[in-house]
Amino acid sequence: MSILLDADFTFLVQGITGREAVNLTRECLDFGSKIVAGVTPGRKGREVHGVPVFDTVEQAVAHNGRPIDGAVATVPPAFTKDAVFEAIENGVGLIVIVTERIPRRDVAEMVELADLHGARIIGPNCLGLIAPGVAKMGGIGGPAKDAAKAYVPGPVGVMSRSGGMTTEISSTLTAAGLGVSTAVSIGGDAIIGSTYADLMPLFEADDQTETVRADDPGVMKIREFDHLGHVAAGDALGDDDQQLDAVGDRFDDRILCEARGHGDDRTVDRAAVVLDCLSDGVEHRHAVDLAAETAGG
Amino acid sequence: MRFYEYESRRIVERAGIPVTEYGFCTSAEEAREAAKRIGGPVVVKSQVLTGGRMKAGGVKFADSPEEAAAHALDILELEIGGHMPVGVLVDPKAEVAQEYYAAVLWDGRARRPMMLFSDMGGIDIEQVAEEHPDHVGRGHVSNLHPVADFAAKQVVARCGMTGSELNRATAVLAKLARLQRDYDMTLAEINPLAKLADGSFVALDAHMEMEDEAVGRHKKVLTEIGVDLSEPRETYEPSEFERNVKAIDAADHRGVIQGKDHGFTGNIGLVIGAGGGSLTLTDAVRSQGGKPANYAEIGGNPSVSKSAGLAKEVLQKDGVEKIAVMMSIVSNTRVDIVARGVIKACLELGRDPAETIAIFRIPGAWEEEGSKILEKYGVEYCDRSVSLWDAAGRAVKKVQG
Repeated sequence: MSILLDADFTFLVQGITGREAVNLTRECLDFGSKIVAGVTPGRKGREVHGVPVFDTVEQAVAHNGRPIDGAVATVPPAFTKDAVFEAIENGVGLIVIVTERIPRRDVAEMVELADLHGARIIGPNCLGLIAPGVAKMGGIGGPAKDAAKAYVPGPVGVMSRSGGMTTEISSTLTAAGLGVSTAVSIGGDAIIGSTYADLMPLFEADDQTETVRADDPGVMKIREFDHLGHVAAGDALGDDDQQLDAVGDRFDDRILCEARGHGDDRTVDRAAVVLDCLSDGVEHRHAVDLAAETAGG
Repeated sequence: MRFYEYESRRIVERAGIPVTEYGFCTSAEEAREAAKRIGGPVVVKSQVLTGGRMKAGGVKFADSPEEAAAHALDILELEIGGHMPVGVLVDPKAEVAQEYYAAVLWDGRARRPMMLFSDMGGIDIEQVAEEHPDHVGRGHVSNLHPVADFAAKQVVARCGMTGSELNRATAVLAKLARLQRDYDMTLAEINPLAKLADGSFVALDAHMEMEDEAVGRHKKVLTEIGVDLSEPRETYEPSEFERNVKAIDAADHRGVIQGKDHGFTGNIGLVIGAGGGSLTLTDAVRSQGGKPANYAEIGGNPSVSKSAGLAKEVLQKDGVEKIAVMMSIVSNTRVDIVARGVIKACLELGRDPAETIAIFRIPGAWEEEGSKILEKYGVEYCDRSVSLWDAAGRAVKKVQG
């Protein structure tokens, strides 16, 4: 299988008549995704690549005849909260927020409302998620042809705070003959809907994302540095505080790339290899090598 | 957005949190008047955004208005950490009975603001939290419900306080939590919150930071407290390179470029992207012994001239002879456009692209067209089969010979 997406997954695009949304709608449809509606207030009656546009999510759901599973929100930052609240209140269970520069208070409110309704948010400031060969939700991987080149079905789960690196990492796994079960661009902001820790259990429960025995003594874990507006100490960047300042505050949290391993008598979820987009190349390669090694076992 | 101490004072005052009498002064005469108004001994403090004021002589005590004026005169001319003060803050030298710590800041894991309170204020809260954990109270604030007084009360009680101090502290912390929410503060800290001899509580020092993304929705109040919204609040003076790159980016809406070189002294010019890719590539260069001359980010779909602009700025930095052009796989950046851009930059500077471009590694959209263009100029094109790590390594080797 894959996590979060399957062949029957339906979603709508909020802000569908915007330039970026028109693009990603085309890309996702070409990839085989089931976009059943779009919402842009005031534009009911139009069509985007054959997808009907409505004024409200309520109308979209009524037209669909049954609940719509997901939504991709590309609405400008001042209006994103309202759009996402609307999706949540109309029964949408998975919302990918592409928009960047949303104040974190708004994001925190959206996440809290989603929690109350049992819904999940991916993002904001992200490229969405993709289950190779199944569906694509967001701009991840670009046009369908390019996405199919980089993303091939396989047993490794991928998550990254960087949209570009999600594809880079997945492409490397494809080239290594491994392939990807689901890749999620979780977003680069300070407050996000789904962290690595939030998504790991989903990967662990997924059939396609394999579990294998491992003798590898390199027991590793996911570490997440909390930030309070500071860049975490730069192991990879060196001691130079000035360089840290220069690189800036875009990626406050540094997630170290380490696969999960346990002792001899427990299984390693080889596929739940969390690849860090921010760590240096050594750890990136190490994780891919590890995944390749355990593939044989 | 970072605030000067006097601006934070005004913000806190507006939120209904008690403060002492004070004066923000831009001349010695104003400082004299403020000291007279306040009465008694005062402290005169430089208003700069950098730290280390005390050490640098930017904080002085005065027993009379004349002395306050003399100190103000000196401090107004005193550069601290590369910054000149925008004024001085004149505060009464307070008779403090006890100091507390109060703050509200974002907890990224819980995705809620967190209130912090301690009855051991005035010192480093992280040290207190480590050495005296039972003297620190914590509690989260819901994003959806109004801030409840009892939530603040619980936090204060958790650090062991009771009596009238509990009630006074609760009132302050609740107001601080509302302030943090209402004004999108990434940090709202009062240290110390002081209990004066008469039992009243005042915020002696407040430190506020507003999220940059939210500044746009608080223009009115910011203007009211006297913030000049056109003035950028940098932690350091941007270099010519940084200013030039910013100008090139601003002049053309197509795509995004960023360039930073503060603290970078190397010889490998980096023309790299996107965000995560740039960080990974910079790491990879350094890990393999290379010395970057700068950091950069290319994002979106920049034009030929914007790409060329960045490459030219990097090439014109002191000590840079070669550039490494590298990105993670691109979907909406066009490889051929970046290729044209970097070649244009070389030619316009009279440099041979094949010699100047140490490596070109950008796989993705329009990569075939891009590789053809580079081939014409004798520049080797690396596709996705060359990893970011290897690309960085090759660049380092080429530059170091």
